[in-house]
Amino acid sequence: MANTHKAPAPQALNPEPMFSTPYRIQRVRQETDDTFTLEIAPADSAEGFSFLPGQFNMLYVFGVGEVPISISSDPADDPVLQHTTRVVGTVTKAMRLLRRGDLLGIRGPYGTHWPVADAVGRDVVIVAGGIGLAPLRPALYRLMAQREKYRKIVLLYGTRTPEDILYRNELEHWRGKFDLEIQVTVDRAASSWRGNVGVVTTMIPRAPFDPSNTAAFICGPEVMMRFTAMELQRRGVALERIFLSMERNMKCGIGLCGHCQYGPVFTCKDGPVFTYDRIEPLFGKAEV
Amino acid sequence: MTIHTLEPIVQATPFFQGMENRHIELITGCARNVRWAEGETIFRQGDAADHFYLVRSGIVAVQLMVPHRGLTTILTVGEGEVLGWSWLFPPYRWHFDARAQQPTHGFAFDGKCLRTKCDEDHDLGYEIFKRFMQVLNDRLESTRLQLLDIYGKHT
Repeated sequence: MANTHKAPAPQALNPEPMFSTPYRIQRVRQETDDTFTLEIAPADSAEGFSFLPGQFNMLYVFGVGEVPISISSDPADDPVLQHTTRVVGTVTKAMRLLRRGDLLGIRGPYGTHWPVADAVGRDVVIVAGGIGLAPLRPALYRLMAQREKYRKIVLLYGTRTPEDILYRNELEHWRGKFDLEIQVTVDRAASSWRGNVGVVTTMIPRAPFDPSNTAAFICGPEVMMRFTAMELQRRGVALERIFLSMERNMKCGIGLCGHCQYGPVFTCKDGPVFTYDRIEPLFGKAEV
Repeated sequence: MTIHTLEPIVQATPFFQGMENRHIELITGCARNVRWAEGETIFRQGDAADHFYLVRSGIVAVQLMVPHRGLTTILTVGEGEVLGWSWLFPPYRWHFDARAQQPTHGFAFDGKCLRTKCDEDHDLGYEIFKRFMQVLNDRLESTRLQLLDIYGKHT
């Protein structure tokens, strides 16, 4: 499997990389208490752009600011895009107040992607933590669209409480198809919850996959990804077949400004999806 | 009629994997099959901790009654996992409740019987403690991650 997986196919929306293109909001969906999804489409044309699972866009709330958000929709749904985000700062707070018909500026798609094509013929284990399920969702769509090309597909999803589960209806739908193993766990729950309680790493030892022939995609809080990668390694998955999506403070999105520097790499340009063997020496280092 | 003994099944579980046959024989001498219906209580806080369990299928919720919050699940134990270590430490009382969340079956191991055998055979005691230390280590690590509240707003 290739060590680097920069997106070759998708063309940037605008040839001038710092100019955004107007997109109109078609739908706002409240996913959980503090998380929402924007469904958007090009405002001035019927054509959008193609993207690869794991890539992100810069979303501009006019007059407020710009934030990087991973694309969470099915790549086949072009030109409609979905972005799921949590209300955490000034821009996402303003974004949450937008309504159907409002405009946003979009730059992208940027960054590296989940190596879905390279995982053909293997088991694929997807480990998501919290809102980390959003950047993995396009990969799940792609895997499920070509289900016969893969062996086992396992989704291990950990979140805070049952109320924080993202895309609940979709998870139920996928679970009903019986060709995708889905295990959900929460950190805490009332006794009425009938599912698993515990951190997502505890599901790895008993998850049904062959570690010698597995590609693993991880996205979530950095601490969760670190312990997940360690547990996958302990199970026998090779470092170079573990992929994770890093998050840093991005500004330009194209590797010019240096805000998202992570040791020797820029998260926006060299990532956000990295192989674990490239990131492992940097993980948990306070100085990086 | 073929009589199936517990030894090969116990030996094949991840928890007992790699253990010598003579130790497996001693351990299964203290073991029996158990089944619980959905919602059935397995043990209650304060009761005598005279067993530990190995879950073969199903899910067990480890719970605690928290004032103003109600019965709260702090952990679930699933297939291949061990439930209960209070049988190892005085005063041998459960600190939490355990309830089957769905139809569950597994093995129950008599703690008093095993403690006696461990006292008589320290190699067996070492093997058992080594395995329980791994369980304790894993649970402590998981608890630390849960305490970090990594999916909260500040992470």
